[in-house]
Amino acid sequence: MDASVSFVLNGMPQTVVTDSDRSLLEVLREDLHLTGTKYGCGEGQCRACTVLVGGKCVPSCLTSIGDVAGMDVVTIEGIAGAWDLHPVQEAFLAEGAFQCGYCTAGMIMGVVGVLKKNPAASETDVLAELQKHICRCGSYAKYLKAVRGVLAKNT
Amino acid sequence: MKPSLQREQPPERGRVEDHPQRAATFESAAAGAPLPPHTAALRKAASSKVQRAKNTLGSPHPDDDQLDYEALFERAGYDFGLSRRSFVKTLGAGLLIAVSLPALGQESGSRGRGDFFGSGARTLGARIHLGAKGSITVFAGKVEGGQGARTELSQAAAEELRVPVSRIQMVLADTGAVPNDGMTAGSRTSPGTVPSVRQGAAAARELLITFASHQWQTRRAEVQMLNGKVTEIDGKRSLTYADLAKSDDAPKLFAQAIPSDVELTSVADWKVLGKPAPRPNARDIVTGAHQYPSDIVRPGMLYGKILRPPAYGATLTDIDLAPARAMHGVAVVRDDQFVGVAAPNTSTAENALAAIAKTAKWSAPQQQPSSTELFDYLRQHAEEGLENPFAEEIAGTKVLRRNYDVPYIQHSPLEPRAAVAEWSENHLTIWTGSQNPFGSRRELAQAFHVSEDRVRVAIPDFGAAFGGKHTAECAVEAARLAQGAGKPVSLRWTREEEFTWAYFRPAAAIEAEASLDSRGRIASWHFININSGPNAVDTPYAIEKAHCRFVRSKPPLRHGSYRALASTANNFAREVFMDELAVLAGTDPLDFRLTHLENERLRAVLVKAAEAFNWRKNVKRADGNTGFGLACGTEKGSCVAACAEVEIDHAQKTIKVRRVCEAFECGAVLNPENLRFQIQGAILMGLGAALREEIQFADGRILNASFGKYRVPRFDDVPDLDIQLVGRPDLPSAGAGETPIIAIAPAIANAVFHATGQSVRALPVRLM
Repeated sequence: MDASVSFVLNGMPQTVVTDSDRSLLEVLREDLHLTGTKYGCGEGQCRACTVLVGGKCVPSCLTSIGDVAGMDVVTIEGIAGAWDLHPVQEAFLAEGAFQCGYCTAGMIMGVVGVLKKNPAASETDVLAELQKHICRCGSYAKYLKAVRGVLAKNT
Repeated sequence: MKPSLQREQPPERGRVEDHPQRAATFESAAAGAPLPPHTAALRKAASSKVQRAKNTLGSPHPDDDQLDYEALFERAGYDFGLSRRSFVKTLGAGLLIAVSLPALGQESGSRGRGDFFGSGARTLGARIHLGAKGSITVFAGKVEGGQGARTELSQAAAEELRVPVSRIQMVLADTGAVPNDGMTAGSRTSPGTVPSVRQGAAAARELLITFASHQWQTRRAEVQMLNGKVTEIDGKRSLTYADLAKSDDAPKLFAQAIPSDVELTSVADWKVLGKPAPRPNARDIVTGAHQYPSDIVRPGMLYGKILRPPAYGATLTDIDLAPARAMHGVAVVRDDQFVGVAAPNTSTAENALAAIAKTAKWSAPQQQPSSTELFDYLRQHAEEGLENPFAEEIAGTKVLRRNYDVPYIQHSPLEPRAAVAEWSENHLTIWTGSQNPFGSRRELAQAFHVSEDRVRVAIPDFGAAFGGKHTAECAVEAARLAQGAGKPVSLRWTREEEFTWAYFRPAAAIEAEASLDSRGRIASWHFININSGPNAVDTPYAIEKAHCRFVRSKPPLRHGSYRALASTANNFAREVFMDELAVLAGTDPLDFRLTHLENERLRAVLVKAAEAFNWRKNVKRADGNTGFGLACGTEKGSCVAACAEVEIDHAQKTIKVRRVCEAFECGAVLNPENLRFQIQGAILMGLGAALREEIQFADGRILNASFGKYRVPRFDDVPDLDIQLVGRPDLPSAGAGETPIIAIAPAIANAVFHATGQSVRALPVRLM
């Protein structure tokens, strides 16, 4: 059954009329054309689809669009400023921390989410979150360097 | 690889000035943005290029062993539109599994050569386009799937053109725009396409110098080339690539073949190559703006789903399509065993598919082996005898005999197969993730019985492959849905589909037998790979009596290439066997190898890794909980050695890889940062295969077709990594995407062996 779902997407009010059981991932990608958020597994195991809902990291593949009614949703497209990248994006870019890059948006959102929750988060805190993510290219060591770059600037 | 210049056809490109728009169009396609609607001119240009490309299929090439890449995988064999009978091998029906490729590693004829090596750029204009306003566009048939081709090819062109990398627009893998540089496989971009691009770029540079010296009536020696500009020695006048592009002679000059004798910049003089360079589209990756194949959207596009059988070998006997047809906006396509739906969004497509799947009736699949009996099955079905020719001679000496089992694994790139298909007036355009753009074009043309010049395949930079995306099944399925729906269709395989219906790394059953002489040296060596392939089956060690071979079997699953092909299996078995022989000989594994190694390059990496790892000191620390292992190997023109330290938790039966030191040598290094990255990635991927990865199957079903059940390496698996690059600028550059994976699994296995004393006979390594 189609329902009207209103939420805040990347800082702007958004209303979609659709089956409220559809995944947030699908609605973001297919209805709202925000394709930076990726499908990797559909079971919350790879976290390529990570977005922030109410400031927390969630796998958008396991979140229904109905569940985000009234919530604040932030995707990879919504973290940069008008002119500057988000510091986490800057760090990943500076480090060249990706191979195919398909998991990168999810990784960045994971780091952004941890820091949003706790601006003084430690490396251990960040890695505890990133442990949920898969990079099949095995770029973890570089991702770690990028994370350290972010944390170093944070202190 | 040199393009076959003698087959050059008359140029078809117009004046150079005509090109900027075209180049921009293709650039946006290669960067992932949808192509604009095709103009007639565009189509004509594309199709004429296609016809030319056909001419050189079959040109002989010395590196025929590389053909394994083309030959190993099994295509889905979709065939639409002619006979019903010809449809038996489809993925949708799942019958394919029983049909093994007839000539694993030995496929003959022109097809393999054409796909693997391509025909190269026939003219300078086919490789490089100079815009009248200064743009420089380079065309290459390789794909970017995370291995760094876009960066290194851009560096190659910039180096020879004497411009910064940022000046280069690199158009990759659009069959309507680029020369056929073959598949992106076999580590061939570095030794093949990089030199081809350099050759073209150097030729363009020389044209500019000649152009300037004619204009100024000066000798070539009196002009200098700097930062994309030719300047007189006295510095008064200068000319740029844009000036050359605007000259009357440009169309004729760029219609020429690329001269084979053009001088390339020597390694000692490299200013761009040999150094790190950022990926040109890196910013789009971190902002999410880059469009992967699964992100492409076309006007009016639908989302597809394919009906899959419940098990390999089940055939569809009946289905009621009415429930899906009754759904608003849903297109339903049935073509014999092929059944699929397309809908305005994925949920609707899933619901429509579920509605008809409930009505489907399937024949019972034939009995088929399961993973628990896989290796017995492969040995029983070996197509040739496995006997050791040295059997009589080794009687009475110290002899060791071992069997090794290497399972099926899945590449599982993070972006599953995805394709967008769009038909317009019998022309098909495809956007997909593939390592094989021209082979995909042919596969599509064959499936739909259209000529190749009516099919255009564009490969946006995509979400990885690791040898797993050589075939076009997803594109063919998307195209069949699009044909039936009359609209563009995006088909994205699910993770479960990718685990189940993509081809696997072949499983191997390996038999090894060796004898030692009285001095503890290997006297005879007998080594057979059953089923997985011939790569690295030969021993790199100096052994007088060695008999190594690959024997086909009857693979129960659809298999294909994988990063470094069968050398992951062969190197694992050989290097683990070497350590058992070293113990039998009473020698340290490092010394035992060095005693048998004459290959200086391989010795050098082995010594380097052992020194950096502090091997001799560390091995004394080994106890039941901590182990140290090493392994080495050579493949694809490069050499690798790895040392690993493992920690074993006997109570939990877990193995933790604490530290890895890997030394690698691949000739002159094109980009050290990218090289280190490839090595890191290969170590992690090899670590996954060493410790956990294994496809489990029974009764034609994959039992662990998810990341929840098939665990791939994650952050907490990352060991301390020490990567040692061994520089050999005097040697030609070899590729590095594959070989760094072949030493890690045996190094880990040997570390476990030395800690526990239990010999390792299978991957993944398990504690007793």
